Amino acid sequence: MSILVNKHSRVIVQGFTGKEGTFHAQQCIDYGTNVVGGVTPGKGGQQHLGLPVFNTVSAAVQSTGADVSIIFVPPAFAADAVMEAAGAGIELVVCITEGIPVSDMMLAKKYCQKCGAVLVGPNCPGVITAGEAKIGIMPGVVFKPGRVGLISKSGTLTYEAANQVVQAGLGISTAIGIGGDPIIGASYIDLLERFESDPDTDAIVMIGEIGGDLEIQAADYIREHVSKPVVAFIAGQTAPAGKRMGHAGAIIAGSKGTAKEKMDALRAAGVAVVASPADIGNKTKEILD
Amino acid sequence: MNIHEYQAKQIFKSYGVEVPGGIMATTPANARHAAEQIGGERWVVKAQIHAGGRGKGGGVKLADSVQEVERFAGDMLGMTLVTHQTGPEGKLVKKVYIEPAVPILHEFYLGVVLDRGREMPVMLASTEGGVEIEKVAAETPDKLIKVGIDPLIGFRPHHARELAFGLGLTKPQIKQFGKFAAALYRVYADNDASLIEVNPLILTEGDRFMALDAKMGFDDNAVPRHPDIAEMRDLDEENPAETEAGRYGLSYVKLEGNVGCMVNGAGLAMSTMDIIKLEGGEPANFLDVGGGASAETVAKGFEIILRDPAVKAIFVNIFGGIVRCDRIAGGILEATRKISVNVPVIVRLDGTNHREAAEILKNANIDNIITANSLADGARKSVNAAKGA
Repeated sequence: MSILVNKHSRVIVQGFTGKEGTFHAQQCIDYGTNVVGGVTPGKGGQQHLGLPVFNTVSAAVQSTGADVSIIFVPPAFAADAVMEAAGAGIELVVCITEGIPVSDMMLAKKYCQKCGAVLVGPNCPGVITAGEAKIGIMPGVVFKPGRVGLISKSGTLTYEAANQVVQAGLGISTAIGIGGDPIIGASYIDLLERFESDPDTDAIVMIGEIGGDLEIQAADYIREHVSKPVVAFIAGQTAPAGKRMGHAGAIIAGSKGTAKEKMDALRAAGVAVVASPADIGNKTKEILD
Repeated sequence: MNIHEYQAKQIFKSYGVEVPGGIMATTPANARHAAEQIGGERWVVKAQIHAGGRGKGGGVKLADSVQEVERFAGDMLGMTLVTHQTGPEGKLVKKVYIEPAVPILHEFYLGVVLDRGREMPVMLASTEGGVEIEKVAAETPDKLIKVGIDPLIGFRPHHARELAFGLGLTKPQIKQFGKFAAALYRVYADNDASLIEVNPLILTEGDRFMALDAKMGFDDNAVPRHPDIAEMRDLDEENPAETEAGRYGLSYVKLEGNVGCMVNGAGLAMSTMDIIKLEGGEPANFLDVGGGASAETVAKGFEIILRDPAVKAIFVNIFGGIVRCDRIAGGILEATRKISVNVPVIVRLDGTNHREAAEILKNANIDNIITANSLADGARKSVNAAKGA
């Protein structure tokens, strides 16, 4: 059954008719995702990729029964799109957009919580339940089905990790890119909880990076609540302090948010922390054998 | 994005946050005119660079005459100011700020910053003004007062009271402080700031509070919707290679090692640096060419990396997803034809169509392109190549 999404998820695409939205919606459909329509204000009533286009999310929900939305709206309008989706009763909002102002996300996240919607992202590759539904921009072919759950702040590093897990003879249940921004929706803890209770997941790979303290919160949670084995890698062990490393959230502030403090906290919580990004797959295999 | 003290104070002033009222100058003569225009008997001459700790390096001076203002400005303009925040190379001073000297009864600290853990801004105050706040937090945490401000309600009088009582202010001071703090929060919220520091915040005559120094940083994602702030960007304060990379959608940070890195995706780019170090080398840079990576971005990446003379080898580490590896391989060949790449280039392409990509690179038969079949293999070969092995 895996977590968050499966082949029964009814997905709409916000920013459906734009370049990114069109390309990735088609990729999701080709993967087998149950995409039921999309939203582009002003283009309601048209057909796109053989699916209905709506002016608003609530119209799309009413007509299609959608419960998941994936957002490809430009950064200036993306937080509004998140709020529209949450307000329309969408249960899972996946926001791919990079570059959303922090002050917008602070409010959008609070509104999602109020509406009871789970937000994934922004600035993330999305969610994939291997073999069932791809709601994101990741290359589906890399994520062969299996019993390892994957939670990551990164995009291509997630693909790298999934590829290693598959090369090691295992596979992925669900993989979630939680995003590299300072304020993101679902964090490690929310997803660790779901993986812990998912009968189709045997082990969890967690990929973090410098900046903030979500990995340290996760370590505290794992110590108390997670019985399944967890493998972790933290990117940015060689990153200098005070410099933003690509992701808006990847910055060591003063002496806070270093890779070392996160690795130490995770190790102390019993997590198998690998120092080398090349060891993620083998370590997972070793732990499960 | 950061701005200068004089720019931050302009913004402060427009929101009613009291400041001494200075004038920016770029020549000693203008500095003197500024002092004459301001009037009074004592002035402060402050070098304008994007770094703290200016006083210790000779970047802040008290002048008792307009002649002295001119002389100090002359000393500062054109000097390379080294502080604990500039790095050993220092920063060239191109502007000075002239302010009237203001009587100081007490120095406080007041700041606003995003608290990522609480997902809201926090206002920080301390009775220990003029000291770095990280030092206060580490050594005397009881002297640091923190108030979280939920964006749903904004800054309210009770927030100001909590800070004011914590600072031990008197009744008339509390009222003045409340106004100052509320205005400062508006500066933060209205302009999508990521950080404001007033250090020191001074108490001057008449129980008035005044921002003696001002530091402001902004949320880069929000700068496009504040054209007035965007205009305040000073490219002289930024690393030229990093700025240029930004123009092409690349994210580059120069480091001290000799193994250049070109990677798609920020997480993978950081990991690539990490594995180079684990293999006994030192990364020369962080470079994220974006999740995609095209021939153009790869070519630009080579160009920027090769400007650093320390680079002895380049590790290209691309995980092809939606963008197929065979196309990236073509891009790498095209880029190496356009720019003369005279160091070994270790290429590791994995993901979609990586076998075809390896074939393309092999058939091209270029001497300095070395293929690698995994992340670890690529890192090892790069480190060895940089060592001349």
